[in-house]
Amino acid sequence: MLKVEELVVAYGGIEALKGISLEVPAGKIITLIGANGAGKSTLLRTIIGLVKPKSGRITYNDKDLTGLNSQKIVTTGITLVPEGRRVFSNLTVWENLKIGAYMRKDEAEIAKDVAWIYSMFPRLEERSWQLAGTLSGGEQQMLAVGRALMSRPRLIMMDEPSLGLAPLVIKDIFRIIQEINAKGMTILLIEQNANMALKIADWAYVLETGRITLEGTGSDLLANPEVRDAYLGKKKS
Amino acid sequence: MAKKRNLILTVILLAGLFGLAWYINFETDSYLRRIVNLCMVYAIIGLSMNLTNGFTGQFSLGQAGFMAIGAYAVGIFTVPVSLRPSVFYAAPMHPAIADIHMPLWLALIVGGLCAALVAFLIGAPVLRLRGDYLAVATLGFSEIIRIVITNAQTITNGALGIKDIPPLNDVRYIFAFTAAVFIFITALINTSYGRAFKAIREDEIAAEAMGIDLFKHKSLAFMLSAFFAGIGGGLYAALLGTVDPKNFLFTLTYNFLLIIVLGGMGSITGSMIGSILVTAGLEFLRIFDEPLELFGVAIPLFRPGFRMVIFSVLLMALVLFWRRGIMGTREFTWDKTIAFCKNPFGIFGRKGVDKA
Repeated sequence: MLKVEELVVAYGGIEALKGISLEVPAGKIITLIGANGAGKSTLLRTIIGLVKPKSGRITYNDKDLTGLNSQKIVTTGITLVPEGRRVFSNLTVWENLKIGAYMRKDEAEIAKDVAWIYSMFPRLEERSWQLAGTLSGGEQQMLAVGRALMSRPRLIMMDEPSLGLAPLVIKDIFRIIQEINAKGMTILLIEQNANMALKIADWAYVLETGRITLEGTGSDLLANPEVRDAYLGKKKS
Repeated sequence: MAKKRNLILTVILLAGLFGLAWYINFETDSYLRRIVNLCMVYAIIGLSMNLTNGFTGQFSLGQAGFMAIGAYAVGIFTVPVSLRPSVFYAAPMHPAIADIHMPLWLALIVGGLCAALVAFLIGAPVLRLRGDYLAVATLGFSEIIRIVITNAQTITNGALGIKDIPPLNDVRYIFAFTAAVFIFITALINTSYGRAFKAIREDEIAAEAMGIDLFKHKSLAFMLSAFFAGIGGGLYAALLGTVDPKNFLFTLTYNFLLIIVLGGMGSITGSMIGSILVTAGLEFLRIFDEPLELFGVAIPLFRPGFRMVIFSVLLMALVLFWRRGIMGTREFTWDKTIAFCKNPFGIFGRKGVDKA
């Protein structure tokens, strides 16, 4: 579905991504783990068109996305749940969802999708007229996911959805991710919480300072001693 | 159901206010009429500035320049052709425009469109800047507009200004324009464009990731803001009866910045409240400018200029205690008003929820 080939991204003279290639097949959950500064967020921001790559190619269903602007990329069916949630805090929950559907014009279908999201997150419905900034961290994350779903994406990219949330809430979020996936949406998940992310992943990549150093199924990587040592905080046995 | 009720209430309110405008127009003295007119014109310009600064979050300080364009459009096109030689006595008016005469409403719209066009041209380079840089650049352009006007002698009569603009004193006329502008902007804010403006204000990166074209929307907000500032400036000129480049110094912009900061950045209701407070408030404080004797002793502080001291102290207090302006980003709504009437004390209980 999504293919990244030899992607190089540089901020000024510093290369954040030094030529990485990966593939996201349709209907799967693909995870990318890595430490701070490994280039995880840069990759997502490049795919959605917020950052322009220096070289390399991004293709989506055989369509070249490299260098397109965000508006065009969003209409192809890719969406980003940005790091740190980034909900529009002085707008109501409902307005946030409506902005998620910004590129769509079919009002009746939009209303249906709002109802669908409310049925998935009843907490959001209760708070429909509340300002998004007054929600708890977990609710904001739900809103960010809901907002992303409003564009009817086929590929959802999530940038550290567990950031700053309590363990119980993180469990909830991961359950939702699996639910969304079961509905046929492809997910590209970026996480520092490697344990949770690898457990639900069909395929996973390890990113280190701009390069992919390891890849394999989620369970393989969970068992891999190097990964355990570096990302799961467990001593080699 | 509730929607229909709110619409009916809004229509009744507008009719009531129009009736009030009618009453003020015929039954009160010219001093009160002038204050009411100024309140409304300032509210239009304040609201136009709120569109870029409050709703779209782009800190622009170019309002005086756009007002000047609107004001000069009214000045140039509404002065009767027979009076023009006496107005343009230093250098005759350029022959291309010397015989064009327009009714006020048309001149207002032409002025608004000219201002929007200039905003479009300025916006292309300037709206790529953010925050303070944008403020400085728009401030600079506003001064450039004023200086161009000062030097275009055959069109604008240069530094002499234009006098003999047919005076506008009809409260109803200005009320109609004010109501139209407020209705338009309220409607705009509730469309997907309005939501996109607010999304840009809240978080540009998230807005862009949603597929919102940042530049297109910033440019649109800037042009609409200039359009309404132009109309406001035109009404201001018609109200004064003269225009002079010195009226449109960049310091004029700060009046409107004051209005929107006081009323609430990003609140339509707030723009109206801010405008009334600043314009009418300054008038009511005039008692402090007059000498006061208490028990035969003249209080020394009461002298011309003292009201500005009081005004500044009040402003400071307001900004300290109401950091986000009187309305913040909230609006007057019928639902809230009715809920308040049903349970006037409920507001104390709900405050905690609002702030949480």
